[in-house]
Amino acid sequence: MSNILAEDTLVWHLACSEVDIPENGGACALIEGEQIAIYNFKRRGEWFATQNLCPHRQQMALSRGMIGSTGEEQEPKVACPFHKKTFSLKTGACLSGDDYQIQTYPVKVENGMVYVGL
Amino acid sequence: MKKKIVVVGNGMVGYKFCEKLIAKDTAQEFDLVVFGEEIRPAYDRVHLSSYFAGKTVEDLTMAPASWYAENGITLHLSDPIVDIDRDAKTVRSHHGLVESYDYLVLATGSAAFVPPIPGVEKDGVFVYRTIEDLDMMQHHAKKAKKGAVIGGGLLGLEAAKALLDLGLEETHVIEFAPRLMPRQVDDAGSKMLQTKLEELGLKIHLNKNTQEIRGNGAISSMLFADGVELEVDMLVISAGIKPRDEVARIAGLEVGVRGGVIVNDYLQTSDSNIYAIGECALAHHMIYGLVAPGYEMADVVVNQLVKDKDKSFKPFDMSTKLKLIGVDVASFGDAFIQEPNCQTIVYENSAKGVYKRINISNDGKYLLGGILIGDAEQYNMLLQNVKNQTILPPDPEDLMLGARGGKEESGAGVMALPDDASICSCEAISKGQICGEVLAGNNTLDAIKKCTKAGTGCGGCVPMIKDLINETMKSQGVYIRNIICEHFDYTRQELFDLVKIKGYRTYEEALDGLGHGDGCETCKPAVASILASLWNEMILVKGNDTVQDSNDRYLANIQKNGTYSVVPRIPGGEITPEKLIVIGQVAQKYGLYTKITGGQRIDLFGAHVSDLPAIWEELVNAGFESGHAYGKALRTVKSCVGSTWCRFGLHDSVSFAIEIEERYRGLRAPHKFKSAVSGCTRECAEAQSKDFGIIATEKGWNLYVCGNGGVKPQHALLLASDIDSETCLKYIDRFLMFYIKTAEPLTRTATWLNKLDGGIDYLKAVVIDDVLGLNKQFEDEMNMLVEAYRCEWKEVVTNPELRKRFTHFVNAPHLKDPNVKFEPMRDQIKAAEWVK
Repeated sequence: MSNILAEDTLVWHLACSEVDIPENGGACALIEGEQIAIYNFKRRGEWFATQNLCPHRQQMALSRGMIGSTGEEQEPKVACPFHKKTFSLKTGACLSGDDYQIQTYPVKVENGMVYVGL
Repeated sequence: MKKKIVVVGNGMVGYKFCEKLIAKDTAQEFDLVVFGEEIRPAYDRVHLSSYFAGKTVEDLTMAPASWYAENGITLHLSDPIVDIDRDAKTVRSHHGLVESYDYLVLATGSAAFVPPIPGVEKDGVFVYRTIEDLDMMQHHAKKAKKGAVIGGGLLGLEAAKALLDLGLEETHVIEFAPRLMPRQVDDAGSKMLQTKLEELGLKIHLNKNTQEIRGNGAISSMLFADGVELEVDMLVISAGIKPRDEVARIAGLEVGVRGGVIVNDYLQTSDSNIYAIGECALAHHMIYGLVAPGYEMADVVVNQLVKDKDKSFKPFDMSTKLKLIGVDVASFGDAFIQEPNCQTIVYENSAKGVYKRINISNDGKYLLGGILIGDAEQYNMLLQNVKNQTILPPDPEDLMLGARGGKEESGAGVMALPDDASICSCEAISKGQICGEVLAGNNTLDAIKKCTKAGTGCGGCVPMIKDLINETMKSQGVYIRNIICEHFDYTRQELFDLVKIKGYRTYEEALDGLGHGDGCETCKPAVASILASLWNEMILVKGNDTVQDSNDRYLANIQKNGTYSVVPRIPGGEITPEKLIVIGQVAQKYGLYTKITGGQRIDLFGAHVSDLPAIWEELVNAGFESGHAYGKALRTVKSCVGSTWCRFGLHDSVSFAIEIEERYRGLRAPHKFKSAVSGCTRECAEAQSKDFGIIATEKGWNLYVCGNGGVKPQHALLLASDIDSETCLKYIDRFLMFYIKTAEPLTRTATWLNKLDGGIDYLKAVVIDDVLGLNKQFEDEMNMLVEAYRCEWKEVVTNPELRKRFTHFVNAPHLKDPNVKFEPMRDQIKAAEWVK
């Protein structure tokens, strides 16, 4: 598609150490001026990252939300602490019926340190 | 001396700015220079689809290049601005032109938002934004048969219209949400619109998540998350817009997290000589994706530059009316406001393909907004009613129907309602639809929510839906249990008993032993509440911190801008001057808004999450404890001043209130609960509106239970009269434990009693006559919980590990959230208004 800007190459940014993110919960890191919510889904042995902003009322809150899963596919999700709008941690799609979409980011953990790809 | 204005962007809004400035006759005052990225001057993007229906580029052009020349405007096309030097006040173009400016107007518009789906780069995949896009689509369509559009919103349906016009054999619309035009139309309206559009030849797929675009070089099919594959040889992506803020970013102007150049009410960016208008501007925390507000923005900036009048950009009415492929669609005012904040009237006629909904203020006086599908004839009149706040006639449905609307009266019990009675007015779901789904096997609340969407809006109808499910199942001879959620197949009462028997102390243990999956925001706080009610351990340890609900997680109440409020316990509402001074000093030091609460204490608002431990350290050192205003727990025991001062007082209501509050402080329950003690029958403490209330009599105390303020006020009922203090506390112990063990999650005592078989008489039999033989156990359990009480905040401030979690940025603990904004009000602060 000619008129789509080429995707920037992924750059890994050091976010924090592994223990900074509570198990089965999230915390927010400031990376390149962006607020990124990072989730340590210990129960699944997975890490996720999304924008921290909940698009519903534009609040910087997703990192403080409860995480969990839904459906037969066990889709991992986060619920905004304000009004419990839920978002897929995999795709960023809103799972509670609204047409919101949040940004998700790749995460990797190496030697106890957490990196987010922007 | 003439000043120079440079406009970056030559789209509809950028053009409108020029037009409005010229109209002010400003040629002597300003030089105007315009840079545009596209090869042709601004054209009408709103009616882009008419290009395929036969309109030419000339027809769509706002004004020809000659117009710019005639009005002394320098127009550079195919030459976007790539850099702004704010110090030198110059811009540099792609071709290397450097132009100085006094004022810069960014009107860079937006680009199509393309979701990161694998395969978007394939041939035959387009966005729908410019005339070039249209030319490429037209070329490709010659050899294409089956087309699809990702996005069922306004732009997506426009693009679908374009594919129809291009003569494709099949046109599919793929929408991720469960309905079309989710921003303008509700579910029922979407269904009607869908029927009409399908009649016109579109194939609509809702709830579809595109996972991959397949094909060897060129698109040949789309694969969805549900495994279905759709063969297409042409695809248009119209899933939303993203503001073009690249040059603003480079220039270091403030931009929103999700894009958009942040502007104030005067559309100034963080640099007061630079304005942003149209779809690149983030005004009132939102991108206005319609042309009308963009034009209004152009007008605001022109007015400021010519200093004609002090005009600001106000939140813009986003009402819209349009004809989509021949179908009227209109959405006006507050289209989605839901009961109980309004009354909703719905008219639906599937034979004619008409759906209408109007929302009326609860007092029936004003029209608030609505939705019209299939027939939008009354749009303007209705919009006028909203804008002018006209007082409505006694039968407001006549406004949308003509005088022929009928009313339906709801009977007493939910099963007495007619089948077409609207149960969920947010989603316009009738009783018949819900009962039908229950009979078809969707017999849980979650299943009903999923298949009908009922109960997913304001949630006010959820109890009614539950009753409908239960009653329908009963009528089928099935006994139904209200299970917690998809992760626990138990009722709360069953789960409570099981967790106790197994001795589980953490959510993870309970999930491993009794549940399945990873949990969710329903079962986590429900189990957390059970654990707290059973053991009364610190709620933030053993990994239970992340299963607490929003407020419990930070031991404070989250407020509108993401800051928290702090409520120290003031038992019985009694406080010394010394403690009052400390509260004042803390509020002053941390810049907090202070207000007296309804429960006779003081709420301190606006605390940053990272300040909470320091604030509490000072409060704890002054002898305060947590007030548990954030918990589903005892809130306050309100009191009148009683016999110590009042000439009518019979007993010392303050002392008893303090004793009660200190007994049950920190006690967690299925929902919050409140209490009050009045010193005489005048009832100044309003005890009969509390979960348990006590009123002094000549001979002792009267104990009332299960009262409630809130949405549905209910008076408390007399449980026992003329009892002494000791008996009173015993009865309260038993009553509270019985409630804690048997109520469903988030059920107040009043609702619990209403559902309790046998009602208050049965409750009396349990609490007073001990028919269950459990009272000794209830009292022992309560004594254990009272013994286990510790102030949560005291534990946090003295525990460095727990304190560490109270930060906004985990990698910059001393930094506060820069997005938190306050506004001044009456010598204090308030949270900045959020987007609605």
